[in-house]
Amino acid sequence: MDSSDVRRALRRIAHEILERNHGPDTIVLLGIHTRGVPLAQRIDGELVDIEGQRVPIGKLDIGLYRDDLDSRPKTRIGVTSVPESINGRTVVLVDDVLYTGRTIRAALDAVADLGRPERVQLAVLVDRGHRELPIRPDYVGKNLPTSHDERVTVRIEELDGEDSVWIEDRSES
Amino acid sequence: MKHFLTTQGLDRQELEGLLAEAEEFVDVLGRPIPKVPALRGKTVATMFFEASTRTRLSFEKAAKALSADTMSFSPGTSALSKGESLKDTVQTIRAMGADLVVVRHKATGAPWRIASWVDVPVVNGGDGAHQHPTQALLDSLTLLQRFGTLDGVRIGIVGDVRHSRVARSDVFAFSTLGAEVTLVAPPTLLPVDSDGWPVQAAHDLDDVLPGLDAVYLLRVQAERGGASVFPSLPEYVRRFGMTRERFAALKPDAVVLHPGPMNRGVEIADSVADDPRSLVLDQVANGVAVRMAVLFRLLGGEGDE
Repeated sequence: MDSSDVRRALRRIAHEILERNHGPDTIVLLGIHTRGVPLAQRIDGELVDIEGQRVPIGKLDIGLYRDDLDSRPKTRIGVTSVPESINGRTVVLVDDVLYTGRTIRAALDAVADLGRPERVQLAVLVDRGHRELPIRPDYVGKNLPTSHDERVTVRIEELDGEDSVWIEDRSES
Repeated sequence: MKHFLTTQGLDRQELEGLLAEAEEFVDVLGRPIPKVPALRGKTVATMFFEASTRTRLSFEKAAKALSADTMSFSPGTSALSKGESLKDTVQTIRAMGADLVVVRHKATGAPWRIASWVDVPVVNGGDGAHQHPTQALLDSLTLLQRFGTLDGVRIGIVGDVRHSRVARSDVFAFSTLGAEVTLVAPPTLLPVDSDGWPVQAAHDLDDVLPGLDAVYLLRVQAERGGASVFPSLPEYVRRFGMTRERFAALKPDAVVLHPGPMNRGVEIADSVADDPRSLVLDQVANGVAVRMAVLFRLLGGEGDE
């Protein structure tokens, strides 16, 4: 995907979020650290374009909720900040790639510790399959069937200088 | 980082990394459910061979807020009183499944010795008059929250520096973070080993008081022989106590810290201890967050960053 594909996908996701939830009033966007955060901001920007109204937006670092802390390289804990209250709201989690579902599992635990939303939905830029948990996205930018040997690289302008999505063969690199 | 034993030799990046993580844990502790599952299944053992209220409780609270289990050991009620050696005691606790050991001991260097006997991380919860590194972290965090940075902040550490592990830890943490540290004490209470320290020394509190941004009052430690090296407590109060009069002579935005437990009326006057510019309770609250950062750093994942 190039930058205009990414922009169109996010715009469509914004429309779908509004359609499914009958407007922006109950929505809270939570971007998952790292690349979910700017993606949530972009979706918020699209919502403003469409409805002229900003929605509460927050970020979620799920580092403390992972089930694989022991086997991963150590990472710095990022910032978690959520709007005043998510109680009774519709939380839309935003992430770049949906793969095994374990990140989302951890994010759901984190959300549960922060409050009790009315419902939680999931928006991802890319769904690459290979789920290991019963988790499905509500909004998908693009379905990318991949094999385990491939790596999906998402680059976001705010962090990486450009918008793009690549599939790389890990066995080659 | 394998163990957390001393602030001496920690570089600025390591210190700031721990403090940044501690800030995140301050947020976690402020949530409706102040608990995260990061260290589920791990066991933290606290072995305090010397009395403690806040350090021990705060390590246990920190472990629980990270969902770790805790085991605690008290020398009075243990087989140590039957003559079991320190080494056997520590190895027994390790064999029961402790994944990390927090040690407080009256002997300087005991945590290093223990670290050489076990294959799990050891955290120094205070050894003799030597080091108390998590205290320095919580003091640094408290000052950072107040001033935003420690660069150029002038801190006076007042009182019984010689017998103070808090002072030894704070000196290195504060100066690494950019603060200008002055030790204020009578010559008998200045350490004999302070030549290489990144500090200045003064003997007259009233001289330096107006230039300080933060005054760190040390406890007069009767149990380490502190009371025998100055003539009398009233004499100590007259020269080094934070009385109401001295408090009034401070800069208007200067703050007062104390590691606790406070001897009210000795190193700190009652009214000063309860003033809004006394950060004593902030220090206690931050203690849990910095200890979470240390436990998470040592147990949360394999390898280095």
